[in-house]
Amino acid sequence: MYKILDARSVGLNIKQFVIEAPRIARKHQPGQFIILRIHDKGERIPLTIKSSDPQAGTVTIVVQAIGKTTSLLNCLETGDSILDIVGPLGKPSEIENYGTAVILAGSVGTAMALPTAYALKKAGNHVVFIEGSRNKEMVVFEDEVRSSSSETYVMTDDGSYGEQGLVTKKLDELIAAGRKIDFVLAVGPVPMMRAVARITAPLGIKTMVSLNSIMVDGTGMCGGCRVLMGDKSQFACVDGPEFDASKVNFEVLMQRNAMYREKECASLKQFQERWEEQVAELREELAAKESHHV
Amino acid sequence: MSEKNSLPLKERMKILRIHMPEADPAVRSRNFEEVNQGLPEADALTEASRCIECAKPGCVVDCPVGVKVKEVIALICAGDFLAAAAKLREDNSLPAITGRVCPQENQCEGGCIVGKKGQPVAIGNLERFIADYERLSGKLGLPANAPATCKSVAIVGSGPAGLSAAGDLIQKGHRVRVFEALHELGGVLVYGIPEFRLPKSIVRGEVDNLRRMGVEFETNVVVGKSVTLDELMNEEHYDAVFVATGAGLPVFLGVPGEHFNGVYSANEFLTRVNLMRAYQMEEYDEPVYDCRDRDVIVVGGGNTAMDAVRTSRRLGARSATLVYRRSDAEMPARAEEVKHAREEGIEFRMLTNPVEFIGDEKGWLTGARCVRMELGEPDASGRRRPVEVKGSEFVLPANVAIIGVGTTANPLIQSTTPDLATNKWNYIVADENSMRTSKRGVFAGGDIVTGGATVILAMGAGRKAAASIHEFLTAGEW
Ligand SMILES: Cc1cc2nc3c(=O)[nH]c(=O)nc-3n(C[C@H](O)[C@H](O)[C@H](O)COP(=O)(O)OP(=O)(O)OC[C@H]3O[C@@H](n4cnc5c(N)ncnc54)[C@H](O)[C@@H]3O)c2cc1C
Ligand code: FES
Repeated sequence: MYKILDARSVGLNIKQFVIEAPRIARKHQPGQFIILRIHDKGERIPLTIKSSDPQAGTVTIVVQAIGKTTSLLNCLETGDSILDIVGPLGKPSEIENYGTAVILAGSVGTAMALPTAYALKKAGNHVVFIEGSRNKEMVVFEDEVRSSSSETYVMTDDGSYGEQGLVTKKLDELIAAGRKIDFVLAVGPVPMMRAVARITAPLGIKTMVSLNSIMVDGTGMCGGCRVLMGDKSQFACVDGPEFDASKVNFEVLMQRNAMYREKECASLKQFQERWEEQVAELREELAAKESHHV
Repeated sequence: MSEKNSLPLKERMKILRIHMPEADPAVRSRNFEEVNQGLPEADALTEASRCIECAKPGCVVDCPVGVKVKEVIALICAGDFLAAAAKLREDNSLPAITGRVCPQENQCEGGCIVGKKGQPVAIGNLERFIADYERLSGKLGLPANAPATCKSVAIVGSGPAGLSAAGDLIQKGHRVRVFEALHELGGVLVYGIPEFRLPKSIVRGEVDNLRRMGVEFETNVVVGKSVTLDELMNEEHYDAVFVATGAGLPVFLGVPGEHFNGVYSANEFLTRVNLMRAYQMEEYDEPVYDCRDRDVIVVGGGNTAMDAVRTSRRLGARSATLVYRRSDAEMPARAEEVKHAREEGIEFRMLTNPVEFIGDEKGWLTGARCVRMELGEPDASGRRRPVEVKGSEFVLPANVAIIGVGTTANPLIQSTTPDLATNKWNYIVADENSMRTSKRGVFAGGDIVTGGATVILAMGAGRKAAASIHEFLTAGEW
């Protein structure tokens, strides 16, 4: 069991958890993720690590409530526990001094991009961070985004905060202004990452995207997370999660990510109808396990 | 004492092999309960009396770990089931499991003299009877551990190799900690082999016994990621490490269309169903493609493929078809699985090989383009090589296709331990007898050394490794 030392809401339906997980904290590198399971009948879901503190033995994750598992997870509070967490998984981001590195991140993707942004800055890059969200309520971690980058832009779809427009609009502007860009990292919804790839690939700018495919074990054992790179299959959990954007088949990624959509919707609906009950059951289960452990 | 045992040899040879009672195929193909019900005591005694106590028991020779089958059966005949269990345990620490999953026809029963003329003694069924008797009697005498040695051993992987090594090492007085990547212990026994063949409670029982003996378990640790082998030895001060990580990496066919929704590796399909219990969808959150009223094909001819196809049937598949590129005779699956599968209405399409998966515009699988094969000259494995029949292409409709053609080594440990020698397939190189690897203090065994094999071989490797680790810890010499 992994204790939640701090749980706080950081945006609309977005929550940040600081969790006791010493092994993961010790080994975490930017770009890596964890897989967690919150109760005995729960599914295993991947979540990116926003930061870690090896001394304190903690990792910080950020969760947007989208489906049942993330909704249930976001009902947990400081003092609660998470049943299983495994990690850090995946390959770390490739950190080099590229020159000018542009990071584009959408909503919770921002949390995933932060450790890499810090590392790129530390490696000597001029880091341009373009954070995008739907609206003002969903702009998260703005302070950290600013401190991790040398140049920061905040974009909202509806213009309720920062500049109005998509992150790619800003990227286009930078390119049109003749800025020399040596490296791009895009983290966020698949259509956004695809749009970025379409802009940078013709220009030959090295671009990485962090792929959120459906996973089970996260160790290379099931192949469910496979993504199509050109005509070759790769496993996102061990070969990724970051991949060369110019090779990724985004259509197949979207298609595979939609595989269980119907079931996910049904399961979410069922959760929403009786969420209080389910949260209470979860707490009971965890408490029973806790006392069993002692 | 069984009276039949006093029967003259000739009479004993006339007794027919007792059938294992099985659940009704029409019912069981819709649920996940165990198919084999176990022999009642009287039947076990009769079956045991079929043993003719030959002077050179082929069963012992052909058992990969040399279980003293003849002596075990003699103890059954004498009615001393607990003694029989103890005798069994001298060579096999997981009898309730191997009694259910060993390919007996190629091992003990294959060597049985009685089988030369009629049907061999049902050694597997007797093994299971004895192990279940012992378990249910609650009289499993856990052996006392030797005094503490102050040495500690890390075991990586909780499959049969890891578990059996843990049991032997704790008895020698060493501190033993098992690290497992998944949230449940048991390896393939829990994520691969389905409940209807091996109830999870049996594996859990074995794990609980080890816990009671003092073995520590830590789940959710991916060695190579969460901690490296070197860190285990240098920072956590383990005196020896046993790597028993299995052959977990799924092999795909590499044909076009494998990314369509509905195409699974057998590992993923079985993991979703067994480990994550997708078969109890109402209660569990793990989704699996709805097989109800769909056509499912499974590619392969081994136990994994057989488990996947029988599982899909239980999930309600309208048609469940096994597609194999060789013929019946070459299928590596256990004979009993093939029999059970046929009874459950599984269709067998032998000498058939998928060359492409096809799907609709939304990316959902609709079928597999297959070719027919014929058997040519024997290949390196001694089996006749399947060759494509020109112009034999046809489409097999399918909504779900499951690939169960084999697995390879998971590279996570090898790639983070540069001084650990591997062969060209990335399996860890270990000495056949001492199980020592190229790295001081590191031993390896089970599927990670041999490639996908059997539970009994993994169990045997675990025990060999335990003996060798004990020797190393005692003598301190590499
Ligand atoms: C579906 C299926 C059906 C089978 N049926 C039969 C059968 O009927 N009869 C038979 O004899 N054999 C059968 N086999 C084969 C048999 O199960 C294996 O040969 C046996 O389990 C191998 O044991 P092992 O201990 O070497 O590895 P495994 O059982 O594979 O266990 C390895 C364990 O190590 C863990 N692990 C891997 N990497 C790491 C890491 N880096 N850090 C921590 N932990 C790690 C894995 O999660 C796993 O739990 C079957 C296999 C499958 C897949
Ligand atoms: S999640 Fe199973 S192989 Fe990647």
